[in-house]
Amino acid sequence: MSDLAPKALIPVPRGPVPEAPPPRKRAMVELKIDGKTVSVPEGSTILDAARKLGIDTPTLCFLDTLTPVNVCRVCVVELEGSRTLVPACSRKAEPGMSIKTDSERVRLSRRLVLEFLASSVDVSTAPQFPGYSERYGADPERFGAKAETVKQPVKIDNDLYVRDYSKCILCYKCVEACGVDAQNTFAIAVAGRGFDAHISTEFDTPLTNSACVYCGNCIGVCPTGALMFKSEYEMRQAGTWNESRQTQTDTICPYCGVGCDLTVHEQEGKIVKITSPLDHSVTHGNLCIKGRFGYRFVEVNSKPKK
Amino acid sequence: MDIHFTADEPSVEEKAAVDQELGSPETPWDGGQRDVNSDGRVSFGGNYAGIHRHKLLPTLHAVQARIGWISPGAINYVSLRLGLPPAEVYGVASFYHLFSLTQRPPVVAHVCEDIACMTRGSEEICGKLESKLGPAGKPCMSGKATWLRSPCLGLCERAPAAMASASGKSPRERVLAPATADGVEKLLRDGVDGTLPAEADELNVKASVPQAGSANLVLLRRVGKASGTSLDEYRKADGYEALRKAVEIGPEAVVREVIDSKLLGRGGAAFPTGKKWEALLNQRKQGRPHYVICNADESEPGTFKDRVVMEGDPFAVIEGMTIAAVATGAQKGYIYLRGEYPFAAERLTHAIQEARKTGLLGENILGRGLKFDIELRRGAGAYICGEETALFNSIEGYRGEPRNKPPFPTVAGLFRQPTSVNNVETLVNVPEIIRMGGAAYAKIGTGNSVGYRLWCVCGHVTRPGVYETPFGGTLRELIQMAGGVAGNGRLQAVLLGGAAGAFVAPKELDVPLTFEGTRAIGATLGSGVVMLFDDSVDLRRILLRIAEFFRDETCGQCVPCRVGVVRQQETLERLIARKPLGTAETEVRMLREMGQAMRDASICGLGQTASSALESALNRWSLFS
Repeated sequence: MSDLAPKALIPVPRGPVPEAPPPRKRAMVELKIDGKTVSVPEGSTILDAARKLGIDTPTLCFLDTLTPVNVCRVCVVELEGSRTLVPACSRKAEPGMSIKTDSERVRLSRRLVLEFLASSVDVSTAPQFPGYSERYGADPERFGAKAETVKQPVKIDNDLYVRDYSKCILCYKCVEACGVDAQNTFAIAVAGRGFDAHISTEFDTPLTNSACVYCGNCIGVCPTGALMFKSEYEMRQAGTWNESRQTQTDTICPYCGVGCDLTVHEQEGKIVKITSPLDHSVTHGNLCIKGRFGYRFVEVNSKPKK
Repeated sequence: MDIHFTADEPSVEEKAAVDQELGSPETPWDGGQRDVNSDGRVSFGGNYAGIHRHKLLPTLHAVQARIGWISPGAINYVSLRLGLPPAEVYGVASFYHLFSLTQRPPVVAHVCEDIACMTRGSEEICGKLESKLGPAGKPCMSGKATWLRSPCLGLCERAPAAMASASGKSPRERVLAPATADGVEKLLRDGVDGTLPAEADELNVKASVPQAGSANLVLLRRVGKASGTSLDEYRKADGYEALRKAVEIGPEAVVREVIDSKLLGRGGAAFPTGKKWEALLNQRKQGRPHYVICNADESEPGTFKDRVVMEGDPFAVIEGMTIAAVATGAQKGYIYLRGEYPFAAERLTHAIQEARKTGLLGENILGRGLKFDIELRRGAGAYICGEETALFNSIEGYRGEPRNKPPFPTVAGLFRQPTSVNNVETLVNVPEIIRMGGAAYAKIGTGNSVGYRLWCVCGHVTRPGVYETPFGGTLRELIQMAGGVAGNGRLQAVLLGGAAGAFVAPKELDVPLTFEGTRAIGATLGSGVVMLFDDSVDLRRILLRIAEFFRDETCGQCVPCRVGVVRQQETLERLIARKPLGTAETEVRMLREMGQAMRDASICGLGQTASSALESALNRWSLFS
């Protein structure tokens, strides 16, 4: 009988399960920010160090879950000995660095970056903008009414989300989320050059012809509302979008065994969008088409017809 | 990753163009026939899929040269062959202005409208072409040709300049300088009739190197004397003596000589060459591959010295690179040549082949077991790719967007490996340093500005061309050497260092042309441009053209530069039209603020210097009050 018993394909280890090695102790780096000394583990960025000191650094293209591309330049700080300002989000902290985060030079660059963006892009649905603009006294109007913008028609080519590139600040986040930082679908990339650079599928083909899998992870990372759930877009168009009357409920996705966290946004008894918390240790805010968009069944009256 | 394609199919011609560049597809994964028996279960995905990415730019070149534009079907096929997502291939193709992604006539003339050509009547040529052939970009000659306005073509000594390309099975390219409207029209006609000559051009030594043949020359001594196509002639004129010596004395000694020579890079940034090489040498034990790159993406408006050297003395560039390889331990080198230099491409290709044939490149250089080879890469119309990290991305098959530094190229450069990037002129200095010894070289010149320098003298000057001097002379002496001010003879301004440089006034002509001397008056040597303007020129128009140049050439990656260059141009337009927002003073103050933000917060040198010529002019003249 015994030789008929199935053999284990992978030998089962006997004895106690070995313990994971203790995490390697990272050397600490000591630097000075705004006159205060701070020490952070090796490999940390200036932004990490500033946060540790409670210094609020503005960021637009930075997200904890993505590789920093340091293109928006709103996080620049003054590093002693450096000819130019340096991006806090990606510059690694080095021992002995001396940094100013609120000098005249820093404030000027940050203000100009905000003015450049707000004068060329519609930032009306970008939640961070009003606060930053006030803090740095940005006045985008000063470039005049004829200042060139990226204004263009909204792209609505599918039932799940819209792309309004008039609101795009070219932070590269959606490209990263669609690519190697999360989804590995590569439906979109940066195309064109200079002021005409834009996010695009190949030859601007509609999403329905592209590689897009409608995971919506690009919406999850968009800082300006250029990428938006169609449900939200339609409510905003109709003037019924009202965040003060919305509730957010955390739950678990009902579909597969991964168990992604969902945050269900509800207004007047209806689900209006679904997001996912960035700090989830497995999914880092990413979902698939089912978790992100497959909620309509909730609204179906499940009572069997008589 | 499954690559998703749109329904667009490539044409037979497009497929042939790609396959000619890449060879026939071997597996079903890159477009070959599927054989169920042999490769039914074999997959080549993951990292393997992307390892051909660096062939992307040459492949796109092949399609553009054969077909005249890059269609959706062609993008699909290129993506399939290289295992890349079509969206990314489109993103790369749309970055370069020599590639067309909409159907375009097969014959195209690029007419330079940049500052050097402006002083020599390029606007009239464009005006005439407009009335004869229609507006730029519109098909003419029964839809078979078109003409386009172009940024600096690097032919400033023979301005005004034009370049024509005719796509097809045997694509042709030809430059025309000095150009006339009739000449451009004939170029297009010849292209349409298929009678453009197969050879790209000839170097006009007399017009380009007025000093040619003079006994005092060092860097330019072979230009016009040796043919540039014969390795024997090069050798007879001391060629490859330095390489022989370098191999004998070994890498450490070569690096020591170059450090002792105090040679500073000639591309514009003036970084010590020896330090770069030492950094690579010190990493040799790590076992990582090293690269040396010759930066021949000479696109700074007004700069043409590297072109003349590559056309006139291509073996010197190859020898300089090979010595760099000896010093750094690199086994592979790239020459990144700007797309608008067809003749230099021909000459360098020939020189590389000759060197390989005679064992001066390849597996066993000089019979000493040294391994090094050079690949020529052509850019496709992007000034920004002359920035070293953008150049890496371009070679690797990504968009030519600069990377953030650090890490510096000597630590993580091409393919994230230690890389030394040197300008053409820097590299041709190296054989001389090795021949005469670093210490002797360091005695030529003054202070930290040592050795020989090439100057691109152009604009309103009697004998424009490349001039060579040891460091130490003044701007006035150089202008006298070139025959003095032409045009109406009354000098208004000199632009030093190109579009990213600075203007100087006639009263500053006694400035020594050294790194220190120019810095002291708030100018720069940059790439060695010395462009003269007589007082008939409206400097405001020149400033506007410089602003337009940066607007066209910014990669668009970082906000201060992407939007800053547009706002800078708009503000200048308002000031020139005398329609300022508020007063002219508030507008000028705004220009300076924008300049500071671009200088402080941009990722790379393009944004950091996009306002420098403008600000130097504001410092010297009150142009807008």
